[in-house]
Amino acid sequence: MRLHIKSGRVVDPASGRDAVGDVYVADGKIAEEFSRPDRVIDAKGLVVAPGFIDLSARLREPGYEYKATLESEMEAAVAGGVTALACPPDTDPPLDEPGLVDMLRRRAKALSRARVYPLGALTVKLRGEALTEMAELGEAGCVAFSHANVPLRDTQLLWRALQYAATFGYPVWLRAEDAWLAKDGVAHDGEVATRLGLAGIPSFAETIALGAILELVRDTRARVHICRLSTIGAVEMMRRAKQEGLPVSCDVAIHHLHLCDMDLGYFDSHCRLEPPLRSQRDRDALARGLAEGAVDCLCSDHTPVDEDGKHLPFAEAEPGATGLELLLPLTLKWGAAHKLPLAVTLARITSDPARILGVAAGRIGTGAPADLALFDPGAAVRVTAESLKSQGKNTPFLGYELAGRVRYTVVAGNVVYEA
Amino acid sequence: MQRNPQLNANGELQHLLSIEGLPREVLVQILDTAESFVGVTEREVKKVPLLRGKSVFNLFFEPSTRTRTTFEIAAKRLSADVINLNIALSSHTKGESLLDTVANLSAMQADIFVVRHNSSGAPYLIARHVKPHEHVVNAGDGRHAHPTQGLLDLYTIRHYKKEFTRLTVAIVGDVMHSRVARSLIHGLTTLGAPEVRVIGPQTLLPSGVEALGVRVFHDMRAGLKDCDVIVMLRLQNERMGGALLPSAQEFFKHYGLTGAKLSLAKPDAIVMHPGPMNRGVEIDSTVADGPHAVILPQVTFGIAVRMAVMSIVAGN
Amino acid sequence: MKLPEAEQLCAQLAGELKARVGPQTAMIGLYTGGAWLAERLHAMLRLPAPLGLMDIAFYRDDYHARGLHHDPKRTKIPFDINGRDLLLVDDVLYTGRTVRAAMNELFDYGRPASISLVVLADRGGRQLPICAQHCGARVEVPSGMRLRLKRDAGDRLALALEPERAA
Repeated sequence: MRLHIKSGRVVDPASGRDAVGDVYVADGKIAEEFSRPDRVIDAKGLVVAPGFIDLSARLREPGYEYKATLESEMEAAVAGGVTALACPPDTDPPLDEPGLVDMLRRRAKALSRARVYPLGALTVKLRGEALTEMAELGEAGCVAFSHANVPLRDTQLLWRALQYAATFGYPVWLRAEDAWLAKDGVAHDGEVATRLGLAGIPSFAETIALGAILELVRDTRARVHICRLSTIGAVEMMRRAKQEGLPVSCDVAIHHLHLCDMDLGYFDSHCRLEPPLRSQRDRDALARGLAEGAVDCLCSDHTPVDEDGKHLPFAEAEPGATGLELLLPLTLKWGAAHKLPLAVTLARITSDPARILGVAAGRIGTGAPADLALFDPGAAVRVTAESLKSQGKNTPFLGYELAGRVRYTVVAGNVVYEA
Repeated sequence: MQRNPQLNANGELQHLLSIEGLPREVLVQILDTAESFVGVTEREVKKVPLLRGKSVFNLFFEPSTRTRTTFEIAAKRLSADVINLNIALSSHTKGESLLDTVANLSAMQADIFVVRHNSSGAPYLIARHVKPHEHVVNAGDGRHAHPTQGLLDLYTIRHYKKEFTRLTVAIVGDVMHSRVARSLIHGLTTLGAPEVRVIGPQTLLPSGVEALGVRVFHDMRAGLKDCDVIVMLRLQNERMGGALLPSAQEFFKHYGLTGAKLSLAKPDAIVMHPGPMNRGVEIDSTVADGPHAVILPQVTFGIAVRMAVMSIVAGN
Repeated sequence: MKLPEAEQLCAQLAGELKARVGPQTAMIGLYTGGAWLAERLHAMLRLPAPLGLMDIAFYRDDYHARGLHHDPKRTKIPFDINGRDLLLVDDVLYTGRTVRAAMNELFDYGRPASISLVVLADRGGRQLPICAQHCGARVEVPSGMRLRLKRDAGDRLALALEPERAA
């Protein structure tokens, strides 16, 4: 379809462009100007940005279809302007076999919504005992290997896994958390957990594990992406590691950018998250780190959980929050609070995650894939169970009014969502 | 921030979930009402008709004979009907969800749910889902709170010491895992006790405990000096020999209450214990049976306090 | 409107009651006004049994509507009720519900031989079949007002009218 997007505020973080103009799409790519388009979209008053790239969104297939399905979550993704997402391997069964990866990719492709980049399991069944066939999984379409939120206790195994991945040039995505220090913990170890009587996970559970991972990176030169930072200490360590020139990157989830342990209130299980919401100081350091670039990008860590999973006492509730549709408004809220230019704000969910995923998307330039999000930055969205397209209604932001509403989403040159 | 779920729109107590967040006036009202109920328990006919026709469901997800019995006695003295449900929690049998259990009981016309659960916050979840005329009384949730125990401890202290505003109170032992300690600390700070101390090894004191308004002592002798009230916490067997404590003997040597350590407190100091006691672990028998100990009166006061709590919430 | 003098009525009641005081007579005053009145009468009559004071908070019939609001005082009856000729003392008799609650509570303490009701003022408006055996005076109370006994710093008793508190 030949598309002419007219008079929008075109923001391309990769080039720094931020000006009113037109965008032309043909054959699934951004094209030079042409006449006689098949469709004209009047983008006056809208921002035209590269489609958002979410580094972590659980689609719950295979295995957890009662929580959500590919259909519902892909709808949620494009409604949120997300045109590409990486999904963690903690499905049931875990993504440790090429056949499973292949099936997931086919299912996703058939739906013709956002692009799905599966992350392969680093170890068989995510049990932390044996390496998976990374080369086979890579050929089936995995862009990187991860251990999701499952603890990887055996540091010798971790070392070998990084060496193996480095051999083939595969990035490894890890959450830095020491399994022993985090054992049984459900909240940030501090005043709030003490008051609420919840078992705590100390900050140094993250920094100790991160220190170990960084040492292993020094040895193996594996490319490692640290997922879901939660502490001020980890931000500092990542800043120094990058200065040192280590091949590392990191992300933070939208929740940890805006919320802290005080938000648990009266045991709100929507705030039961992995990693836990930490102190105000940690939250503020994450927000600053993201602005400065010590933290590379922002993701939703979308995790739909059914009602039964959340209607439980805090420690027993299933961790996770739904977030694909909140990625844009929460990113804009953070950017506004730090008085950042829109191009820098959007970089964190477009060109920066594209770089980490190693894909050509995330920019608006002639020849680039035509993945676009057209949004009204001022339009308010009230977050309610009804307004969310995801099957997961579990978000701590229920009832909030946020600014930033997607009007059109384009993937590979096709309009896949229209408000 | 959410509204305090314990208070209704008029600021009256509709559920008792935690001492934290309750205005001073509500605490004093409960203590004063309990005072009247002590009179009832001392006479021939130990009943009043306040809750006649009402049903009190004891929902104990964590087993307990003592607390359940005192709630049962308290409810019966208010002329209520009492139904006891001991729901064994097994990690292997999923069974009915917590909210389904409550919904089924609701359908049987419950008025008060007395809930004990091993997960912090469980009574809040229940309180969010009961009908407007149903009331939840927390009989202990995980490590978080045991408000009726905290209240009976406050009552006991008021009975012997009259005023809170000049007291030095020491709470000794496993504060980390103690809902009793947390509730008592909130109560004492709300009622204006100027010095509340916690005494224990670092492994048994939770992070940021000073933020609750207490002074931390690791040396029991220093911590007991000039105390008016000493509260000994129960040390559970599971804590021993793990990574938290090496042995009962070592604990007793440094943190057990003996006559010698007691003499460092004020001469008229009182010794309290929520029970059941581990003699020779937290407390020496001579102290437990001695003149400073008010452990048995605590039990009597516990019935009156629970009568007060139930009659106040059920009327709101 | 002019209210009768409480002190005068008190002396009048004491005079009436003197005739019927016997070995089994005991007095119980209802908090708060009845308790003040009973303290005065008990002293004037020099009753051998100590004075009992009662709070009917736990026996009221409006608990389900109003809850347990005011701070209950502690009922203290320092004698054995069984076989006694009780003088139940209250300041104002109105609907009769307070007296009904008081009697229910008394019977939870034991079985008296008799109960006689002594009130300073009867304002009519009975909703139950209750009457006072000894009454200081009948008082007309305008609608929307309540009649209360007050005690000043010098311990002098006086009747007063106040606007009815909102329910």
